[in-house]
Amino acid sequence: MKSGLNTSSSNNAPLFSSKSKKEIRREKRRTTLKNIATSWELYVFLLPAFLYFLIFHYVPLYGLLIAFKDFNPALGVWDSPWVGFMWFEDFFSSYYFWDLIKNTIGISLYSLIVGFPMPIILALAFNEVKDGLFKRGLQTITYAPHFISLVVMVGMIISFLSPQTGLINHILGLFGVEPIDFMQDPGWFKTVFVFSGVWQGMGWGAIIYIAALSGVDPQLHESAKVDGASRLQRIWHINIPALLPTIIILFILDMGSLLSVGFQKILLMQNDLNMESSDVIATFVYRTGILNAQYSYSTAVGLFDAVINATILVIVNQIARKRSETSLW
Amino acid sequence: MTAIRESRTDLIFKYFVYCFLFVILILILYPLIYIISASISDPTLVNQGKMWLLPKGITFVGYKLLFQYDEIWIGYRNTIFYTLLGVAINLFVTLPAAYALSRKKLVGRNFFMVMFVFTMFFSGGLIPSYLLVKNLGMINTVWALVIPNAASIWNIILCRTFFQVTIPKELEDAASIDGCTNTKLFFKIVLPLSMPIIAVMALFYGVGHWNEYFSSLIYLNDEAKYPLQMVLRKILVLQEISTETMDPAMAIANAEVINQKADLSAVLKYAVILVSTLPMLIAYPFLQRYFVKGVMIGSIKG
Repeated sequence: MKSGLNTSSSNNAPLFSSKSKKEIRREKRRTTLKNIATSWELYVFLLPAFLYFLIFHYVPLYGLLIAFKDFNPALGVWDSPWVGFMWFEDFFSSYYFWDLIKNTIGISLYSLIVGFPMPIILALAFNEVKDGLFKRGLQTITYAPHFISLVVMVGMIISFLSPQTGLINHILGLFGVEPIDFMQDPGWFKTVFVFSGVWQGMGWGAIIYIAALSGVDPQLHESAKVDGASRLQRIWHINIPALLPTIIILFILDMGSLLSVGFQKILLMQNDLNMESSDVIATFVYRTGILNAQYSYSTAVGLFDAVINATILVIVNQIARKRSETSLW
Repeated sequence: MTAIRESRTDLIFKYFVYCFLFVILILILYPLIYIISASISDPTLVNQGKMWLLPKGITFVGYKLLFQYDEIWIGYRNTIFYTLLGVAINLFVTLPAAYALSRKKLVGRNFFMVMFVFTMFFSGGLIPSYLLVKNLGMINTVWALVIPNAASIWNIILCRTFFQVTIPKELEDAASIDGCTNTKLFFKIVLPLSMPIIAVMALFYGVGHWNEYFSSLIYLNDEAKYPLQMVLRKILVLQEISTETMDPAMAIANAEVINQKADLSAVLKYAVILVSTLPMLIAYPFLQRYFVKGVMIGSIKG
C-alpha cells in the first residue's frame, strides 16, 4: 500500500499494449513525484516530529556504542577506544549481578501475576452492573488514583506505612499486631510496591477492557440467555473470548518490558535499608551512570537489560502468533 | 429482557459482583478521604490513630504552614510554566505529524510510521539519552524538561486514528477542489473539527508534565528551577523538612513546639499532598470523559 494510486494503473497496463514497461515505470515515478510535489506541506508538517525522533531516539541508539568502548567525553563516542565486551564481563562477574537479576525478575513477575488480571476482573465485574449512579461513581473513583503523581503516591505510601503514625499500623494495632516498619524491611518491599501499583492502576487499566466489552454483540447474550446460560457461563463463553485479543496484546507488551517495570517508583521507594530487595537493574544504571558518571559501564548494563527485554518480546510474540491469531506483528 | 426471570444462582452471582465492586470502591476511596480529613485534623489525633474517617479537632495549621513555605510556591510556578510550555511544544509536534500520517496520499507514510514506532521497542536507554542532552548544552535549562519529551508515539497514533476516523474524506476532497491548500485545510477545517482529540492530547501531555520528576532529577541542579514534584519529593519522600525554616516565630526555643514538630510535619504532608493535586482534583470531574474517550479511541485501532 505504499502508493495506492499507482497499483491500479499497473493493473490496467496490459490493456494499453502500446506502452512499454519502461514507460509505465516512468509514469509511475512521475505520479509519485507529483504526489510528493503537491503534498509538500505535509512534509513540513512531519518535519518537527521527524527531527525529534531522529535526534532524541536515534542518536541515543548510536550512543549505545559506548557500551563497547572506554568512553571519554573529551574524545566523543566514535574516537573513544574499543574495549569489546569488557563492561559486560565486568557486570556478569560482579557480586551484585545475581541479586539485581533476582530482584528485577522477582518484582516484575510479582506485579505481572498480581497486577495483570485485576483490570480484567474489574472490567468483567463492571460489565455486570447496569448503568446508573453506582456505576458512574465507581468508574470516576477507580480512575482517579491514576492521576496521582508518583512522588505523591510514594509520599502517601510512606505516610500510611509509618510504624508510629501510619494508618495501616493503627489498623493492625486494633488486631493486636505489633507495628511493622514496612519501608525499612526488605521483606516487605516487593509486596508494598506491587499492591500500591494495583491500587493506583487497576481502574485505569480496566478502561481498555471495558471498551472491548462494549463491542460485544448483545444478541450473543440474548440467545445464550434463551438457551439457559447462567451469568457466569456467559462471562466465560462470551465475554472472556471477546477480551482475549486485547488481553494477549497487552500481555505481550507487558512481557516486553518485564525487566524495566516501575523504575521511577522503585527509585522513590528505595532506601539504604531495603536496598537488598529493592535494587533492580534500572536503578543500578541510574546510580552508576548518572550519580557516579561511569558512562560506559552503566550503558552496557542498560543495553543488557534492553536486549533481554527485546528477546522476551520476540519470543512471547512468536508463541502468541502460533497459539492464537493475535500478535503484535 | 425482564421477561426472563433470573435464576437463583444468577442472583447470588449478581450480589457477589456488587459486593466485590463495593469492596474495591471502599479500598480506593478510603485513603483519598483519609488524606483530606487528615489535612484539616488535629495532627496529634491523626498521629495517635484517633482520626479514622471524618476530620477530628478541625484545624488549618497544615495549610497555614504551607503558605509560609516559599519553595512550594516557587515549585508551583515553575511547574505551571513547564507544563504550559511543554504542552505547547507537544501539540506543535504531535498534531501536524499525526495529520500528515493520516493522509493516504503521503508518499513514504509507511517509512515514517515504522521509523517512529521502532522507537517504542528499542531505545538508547538512560545514559546515552542523558549524554545527548548534556552535549546539547541543555543541562540545567528548561529545555531539558520539554524538548526530550516533545512527542509520544502513542499519542501520535491516537491522533492519527482520530483524524482518519472522524474527518470525512468528502470534506477534504471538496476543500481541495475549491483550491484549499493542505495548510489551510489543516488549520481551517481539520483542527476546528478535532477539538475533542486536542483536548485529550493537552490533558495527557499536561498530566505527564505536571507529574514529571525524573527529568528534573537528572537534568536540573539549580533548586530555584525545581518543579513542584521535586519539592514534594524533598518533603514527602526524603522527609527533609524542618518547621524552623518555615516559620521564624516557631524557631524561638519553645519546648512545647519542638515536641509538636513531628506532628506538624505530618499534617503539613497531608496538606501538601492535597494542594499539589488540587488542580487535578478540580479539573478531574469535567475532564474525565475526555480522558476515557482518549483511551477508547486508542483501543479501537492498536
